[in-house]
Amino acid sequence: MRIGDAKQSYEADEAIWTSQTQKFWLGLFLLILLVFPFVVNSYLLYLGCLVGIAVISTTGLNILTGFTGLISLGQAGFMGVGAYTVAWLSINTALPFPVTLLLAGLMAAAVGILVGLPSLRVKGLYLAIATLAASVFLHFIFAEWESVTGGMGGLSLEPAHLFGLTFQSDFRMYFIIVPLAVLMVLAARNVFRTRIGRAFIAIRDRDISAEILGINLLRYKLMSFALSSFYAGIAGGLFAYFYRVVTPESFPLSMSIFYLAAVIVGGMGNLLGGILGAAFMTLVPEALKLLTAALTPFYPNAPVFMSPMLEIIFGALIVGFLIFEPHGLAEIWHRIRRFFRLWPFRN
Amino acid sequence: MSILEISNLSLSFGGVKALQDVSFRVPENTVTTIIGPNGAGKTSLFNCISGFYKPQQGAIHYQGQPLPGNIKPPKRAAMGLARTFQNIALFRGMTVLDNIKLGAHVHMKSGLLSALAYFGPARREEMAVRKDVEERIIDFLEIDHIRRQPVASLSYGLQKRVELARALAMQPKVLMLDEPVAGMNREEKEDMARFILDIREEWGVTVLMVEHDMGMVMDISDHIAVLNFGQVITEGLPADVQNNPEVIKAYLGNSDIDSLRKKLNAEGEAA
Repeated sequence: MRIGDAKQSYEADEAIWTSQTQKFWLGLFLLILLVFPFVVNSYLLYLGCLVGIAVISTTGLNILTGFTGLISLGQAGFMGVGAYTVAWLSINTALPFPVTLLLAGLMAAAVGILVGLPSLRVKGLYLAIATLAASVFLHFIFAEWESVTGGMGGLSLEPAHLFGLTFQSDFRMYFIIVPLAVLMVLAARNVFRTRIGRAFIAIRDRDISAEILGINLLRYKLMSFALSSFYAGIAGGLFAYFYRVVTPESFPLSMSIFYLAAVIVGGMGNLLGGILGAAFMTLVPEALKLLTAALTPFYPNAPVFMSPMLEIIFGALIVGFLIFEPHGLAEIWHRIRRFFRLWPFRN
Repeated sequence: MSILEISNLSLSFGGVKALQDVSFRVPENTVTTIIGPNGAGKTSLFNCISGFYKPQQGAIHYQGQPLPGNIKPPKRAAMGLARTFQNIALFRGMTVLDNIKLGAHVHMKSGLLSALAYFGPARREEMAVRKDVEERIIDFLEIDHIRRQPVASLSYGLQKRVELARALAMQPKVLMLDEPVAGMNREEKEDMARFILDIREEWGVTVLMVEHDMGMVMDISDHIAVLNFGQVITEGLPADVQNNPEVIKAYLGNSDIDSLRKKLNAEGEAA
């Protein structure tokens, strides 16, 4: 049961983490993140990095689709812009990775603003189509602008470097990706404690009355697009440094749908949901593969039987979540929290 | 001195004339009410004042200055024109507190970068708004017990009150209320009437409202304008309006003055 947390100041009341218990669990979680790369094998480390990148991009899309209510199928395209920016800069300049990453984010944000322009006029499915067109267009540029993007062959780049340090292994990349993911989620949380985040949510819930309250719709919709694609650009840049090869096929349309699914499965308009959704979407297919491998000793035919089933099981899991938990994974977490907040009483 | 002056306003949608040559004034620091049957054009008039509709003819003067149609709704909000809606227009995904804070949006300045860091100016500004909202508005409207609740979970009467709180957070000079007590029970109506009077007296805000509840209109209005079929029939003090044969005709469809007078008096006493 949660007691004794009366606040003396508005400052304390507006904090993100208001109780000692929360701070304890947060500290423990951060500690686990720190120890993680030292204790796990290379496969889990690889997955950890992938989840980190997915968290950044999902958080970005959550800002746009979950919080501002603007559906976008362009997330993979924006990530591509970030990845190609990083690749091009690291091949043609000697800039260290913090600078290239920042430029990747800014480049993607600029493209995001352009793609977001129709959002003032169109909403819902129509905006989905408009962003879909933009993503096809970006894919075309990646494939055809050979002098810059290397065409279908793509670009290969050197590992990230800073102060003579090279980040060539997954182990080192982990220490760029995960702290950045934590920082960027925290920054997103901060936005939703201020007038800008409130304006985003107001536009999602009721855009006409948002306007009456003095919220400039064009300005804030474009700001949301810019912020969202900035996150995508950073995620794309990390993707480029992680795989060290960028091709047009690295960012297919299905990837945009992957992130949209992560936002919906996790919980629209909930940052924790974005994190859980990103982890779910990245890890469940892998877990299913592990399951197949575990079954093989007992059923030698398991791989033959399971490999076509994986997609079906994965899809069924997503559908199941949408039916039984329409508010996403975050809602499950909230229910657990409510339980412990009241324990040992019920309801 | 009138804070808002509507002169010869005409608005039509295709062949439908929503407003025809409408003129009236809103004296400063009064409760001014627009009454009229359904479809008379009251909400259209509100929409013209807040900038959603562009009238084809006529002019609106606000604080002595013309308010041309190219001034968009957000700008008008910043100038001190706040409003509530007939069908509640709160943001359902947010708590009461966040809804009210949204009202202060136009008076805040912090940009995206300081918001991301939640440091320095953005933080100070948020704290100042929180303090103001808590001590000036939540306390005044007696909604401190629900500040953490999502608005979707509140009763209709409380939602209306939260909407009023949000409009007050805009620091308005003119507060436009579209049917503030529609669908409320008697106790809630009395509370709302008290708040409206306090807002005018203690805060010096001019209230312009549209309302159907005649008892309340006659009780708290200083000035009334009557609209029918897009035209102003009359304007003046409640007592004068009450006895105007045109008004009675608009409401009853005939000139049976005595029966309406009886009806109005009965409602006035009931409220």
